[in-house]
Amino acid sequence: MTELVTPSRAKRPEFRNINAIKDLPTYRLPPAGWVSILHRVSGALMFLLLPFIIWLFDVSVSSEYSFARFTALFGAGVGPVPGWFFKLVALALIWAYLHHIIAGIRHLWMDLTHAVTKEFGRSSAIVTLVLSLGLTAVLGAKLFGLY
Amino acid sequence: MSVNYGSKRIVVGAHYGLRDWLSQRITAALMVLFTLLLLGQVLLTRGPIGYETWAGIFAAQWMKVLTFVVIIALAYHVWVGMRDIWMDYIKPIWLRLSLQVFTIVWLVGCAGWAIQVLWRL
Repeated sequence: MTELVTPSRAKRPEFRNINAIKDLPTYRLPPAGWVSILHRVSGALMFLLLPFIIWLFDVSVSSEYSFARFTALFGAGVGPVPGWFFKLVALALIWAYLHHIIAGIRHLWMDLTHAVTKEFGRSSAIVTLVLSLGLTAVLGAKLFGLY
Repeated sequence: MSVNYGSKRIVVGAHYGLRDWLSQRITAALMVLFTLLLLGQVLLTRGPIGYETWAGIFAAQWMKVLTFVVIIALAYHVWVGMRDIWMDYIKPIWLRLSLQVFTIVWLVGCAGWAIQVLWRL
């Protein structure tokens, strides 16, 4: 509590309430903040796409015939919807799942070990972002047939 | 913070305790274990995964029961999480209540569908 504002330091802006349009573009979040808000975004995304996920599960397990339709989704697509669009949505879901599970394990780890230091919060947040984005890139490259 | 417990409880608030916090973590741990189990079964398969292998994973009775439990756990987990989002960003009570009702309908519907698909196998 010794970091009081001294005349030599610029007075830092103080946010009481954030305006989405005015403040968000210039609002700089620390890594842990990014992990936190993306945890919400990824969760909400999966919530909204839940019927799509169950539909994928449905066509993939129901019959040999529907399984063929399932694999065709990512090739020829279905109706007017092209295959790359399904791949793109699948990639978004892959990212959402990876981010959510890794950030969740970070949460569980912090709860179990009482790891509440500022440094651990920062380093584990960076690990979460690197792992989730890295794995998404690797799986995305596979999905789009880059290797 | 103003008093919001006892007779001043917010109708669309949380349950002011440990229950939801704990259940969200327990359901999360369950889903992590399920993920690893499913991933293990997929990765242990040699060669390309065809219909027989993929459907076979879910056709085993123990896997059906486990998947069923995970679907319920998922629905509860998502309920707690989505309610947190509505409670943080949506202030008018009528709108928040509507969104909470929508969330429940959405989740129960999805869970029912997923269980139907599962038990047809």
